[in-house]
This record gives sequence, C-alpha cells and structure tokens, in this order.
Amino acid sequence: MSSVAAASPYALGADRAAAGVEEYNFDIVKKFTIMTLVWAVVGMSVGVYIASELAWPFLNFGIPYIEFGRFRPVHTTSVILGFGGSALFATSYYIVQRTCQARLISDFAASFTFWGWQACVILADASYMMGHTTSREYAEMEWPLALLILVVWVVYMNLFIGTIMRRKQPHIYVANWFYLAFILAVAILHVFNHLAIPVSMFSMKSYSLFSGVQDAMTQWWYGHNMVGFYLTAAFLGMMYYFVPKQAGRPIYSYRLSIVHFWALAFMYMWVGAHHLHWTALPDWTSTLAATFSILLLMPSWGGMINGIMTLSGAWDKLRTDPVMRFMIVALSFYGMSTFEGPMMALKEVNALSHYTNWTVGHVHSGALGWVAMISFGSLYHLIPKLWNTRLYSVRLAAVHFWLATIGIVLYIVAMWISGITQGLMWRAYDQFGNLQYSFIESVAAIHPFYVMRMIGGVFFLSGVLVMVFNVTMTILQGKREERQALAAGGLAGAGV
Amino acid sequence: MEWFMWFTKFDHTQPLVLVILVVLFVGISYYVYGSSARGKRIESHKNMIFSDDDDKR
Repeated sequence: MSSVAAASPYALGADRAAAGVEEYNFDIVKKFTIMTLVWAVVGMSVGVYIASELAWPFLNFGIPYIEFGRFRPVHTTSVILGFGGSALFATSYYIVQRTCQARLISDFAASFTFWGWQACVILADASYMMGHTTSREYAEMEWPLALLILVVWVVYMNLFIGTIMRRKQPHIYVANWFYLAFILAVAILHVFNHLAIPVSMFSMKSYSLFSGVQDAMTQWWYGHNMVGFYLTAAFLGMMYYFVPKQAGRPIYSYRLSIVHFWALAFMYMWVGAHHLHWTALPDWTSTLAATFSILLLMPSWGGMINGIMTLSGAWDKLRTDPVMRFMIVALSFYGMSTFEGPMMALKEVNALSHYTNWTVGHVHSGALGWVAMISFGSLYHLIPKLWNTRLYSVRLAAVHFWLATIGIVLYIVAMWISGITQGLMWRAYDQFGNLQYSFIESVAAIHPFYVMRMIGGVFFLSGVLVMVFNVTMTILQGKREERQALAAGGLAGAGV
Repeated sequence: MEWFMWFTKFDHTQPLVLVILVVLFVGISYYVYGSSARGKRIESHKNMIFSDDDDKR
C-alpha cells in the first residue's frame, strides 16, 4: 500500500484484509480483456484491408461480402463495439469492484453480458457482410440486433448500478461517474436512434421512424454523442483510474474532475448538429451546435490538463515507463482532437473539411490516438495484475508504443493533406465560373495519401500484434508461476 | 394543460434551458470551489484508489 493510501480514510479494514476468499469477479475482466485484443486484431486488420481497397480497388475482387461498402462497417463495429466495448466492459467491471470494494452483484449476469456482447458484434459483422444495413453511421445493425444489444445493455446497467449500490466505500470514485454517464447516455441514444418499423416480423429490413431532416438530426445527435459518451466519457473513466495508478500518485485535482464531468455531461448533448452544417437543418440549430462545440473545448482541456498534471513532479517516468508514455500520449491526442473538433465545427472551416478525408483523419486521431492508446496503457497496467505477474517484456511495450505512434502520425498527416486537397479542389473555379477540377481528378490527387494511410495502419496493426505476443507471454508466465507456487506450497505442506 | 403549451415553443424553452444549465453549472462550481474546508474533503477522495492495492483474489 502506498504512503498516500496509508493516510487515507479509505484504508482497508482488518476484516477484509484477512479474508482469503475470492473477493472480486476477475474472471469476467480477464475474458473481456482477451476479447479486447482479439477484436483489436480483427477490427484493425479489416481497417488495413479496406484502406488498401481504397488505394487499390482491385482488392475488392468483385466479391460482394468484402467490398468496401460492406466491409467498412465491419471495421467500425469491430473496433468500436468489439475492441472499445470489450475494453470498457473489462475496465468498468475492474474499477467498479476495486473502488467500491464490492464483488459484482451477479456472476451470471456478468457472463451474460460477455457472451451477449460478443454475439452482438459477431452477428452484426456477419449481417453487414451479407448486405443488411440501416445505413446509419455507427448504428448500421438492423432491428433484431439492435434489440439484442439493448437487452445486453440493460443487464450491464443493472449490474454496474447494483454493484455501486452494494459498495463498502461511502464515496463513489469519479471514474465510476464517467462510466455511469456512458452507460445511461448510450442506452438513451441507442433506443432513440434505432426507432424503426420492420418491413415484416421475419424480415431484417426496417425503416426509420423519422424522415427527412429529423432523421438526419436524430442520427447525428446519436452519432456525436456516441463520440462524446462512448468514446470520450467512458475512456475518461479509464483514464481517471489507470493514470493515477500507473503514476503511483493521485489525480492532480479531484475538484477539477468533478467540473470536467458535469461540464461534459451538460454540453455534449447539444453538439451533434455540427455534422449537418450547410444542409436543410435550420440555421439556428447549426449555430447552436457550433457554439456548444466551442464551449466544449474548455472542459475537454481541463480534463486533459488534469490527467497530464498528475505526472507533475514525476516526469522522469515518461523516459522509463512505456506504459505511462501510452497514457500521456493518449491524453495529448485527446487534447489535440478536442481542439480540432470544435475548429471543424465552425461553419466556415466545415465548409472546407466536410465530406473530405480531413474528417476521417480527425476521427482517427481520436480513435487511435486517444481511445486505443489509453486502452493499451490501461491494459498493460491491468493484465499483469489480473494474472498476478509482471509484464513479460517492457521493451516490447516500448516497441509497441513507437509503432503505434508512428502509425498514427502517418495516418492523420495523410488524411489532413488529402482532406484539405479535396476541399480546395472541389471549391476551385476557373475564370469562366466553371468547376476547375472533375471529381476523378481529386481522387487521383489524393491517391498517394491513401497509400500513406494504409502504411500508417500497417504500423499501428503491427504494434497490436507485438502487444498480443507480449500479453500472451505474460499470461503464460503468470500461469507458470501460479503452478510453481502451488507445487512449492504442496511440497512445504508435505514437509519435504 | 394550457400552461404546458408554453413549453412547446422553442422561443420559450431555449432561454429556459440556458438559465437552468447556467444556474446548475454555477452551483456545481460554487459547491466544488466555494469553501476550502469542503474542497479539502473533496480532494481527499482522490486517494481512495490506493486503498485497495493488495492483490486479493
């Protein structure tokens, strides 16, 4: 126990310390942790493949199941729901148990969320390859799968809230607040964006309950709040637990974390309409969304500063600890993405950036730089603890860090350049007032950057494969040490 | 139910929501930073993640 903890009012009671029974359900955390890595490999491999399809279209091979249009949601679903979702289930179950010092209220419900969630992602991926889609971005699953996700989510919510209610600590640690907001917001978003009428009871096809601009508004209210509550708030929960744990010092300011939480909760819900600038959406709605987007910069940077300043006085850890490096670089990308986002939400900037690869670059600076990097850092901290051992190779973690960082930089620089190129070429006029370039000329101009993006993806995927090897060896090492400890205990018991 | 119709107009609900959110946010900020004694108590919660460092199974 750290010296900080020794002075804490939360020090463990002797009764609990003496309890040798299995106090927490870590099996479920282990399962989700392993599936996080499995989905990282699957989702990012598909990502590299579809990036290659854009660079070299012959890779579609005329096979409908793997054509870009069907494979793209397989990529997004595998990484967001498969990789990100499994990471969030794993860390939320771990954090809620450890900070509440209470076991999950039901092992059966925990297992149900595991198998249910994996089934959702597998079935969704399969349905996209078969050609079933609602065509709503990040919500492509048709109504039977949307219902299955809803059931799993309600069980998850019940499990998480029930565990908090049975806590032995008087205070609910701030990471749990972020997870709670994420669980509640995703439930609301998922239900309203999937309101649809099936063609028939036995048909996968359904049509949205909304139409026209209301339909678009609902979709992007959902879309951006999935970014806000799923890809941001939930991973901030991860950050508020694992950054202080890895740094060995408490979060810089707990009060700032409270303001960070409520400011995000108040503001995110208003910004979705910035995805619909210069459309049939009423102008005031567009302006309101842009205004709240700018306001969001403040809490976002407050949170970033809170995370980074946790290392204040211990900056040397950045030189010596690659796991800490993952976390601090993740926070830096969080800051960068949350600066770029509000800037792109300005109507004038959006006129240039919308529909171009700049948006794709922005999404990936958040998804790879923030979401994936904070997940990797957290898992490197978590996995040795789960299997009661140390990390197999710190050097391999450092290799992973550099592969991932180089991959992200290649990816987002390629998308920035190609996006701005697209935007400028599409709006260029000649002296007669005609468009200066045909669309295909803009495609030809950005081809080198499609190749560069694919190379960035290969770097990032290579890093994940290094991590999978490192984690596999760590788990095997943990199991071997456990067997040796049992054997030594047996020999000692036998008086040998 | 006539009074309820007042809430159906954006001209009414926009400033109303703005006032509610601003008041709530100022209230939370005051609660967090308004008193040094309360501030110390709130800050003490940040140590709770270290109270469970023993790896127990």
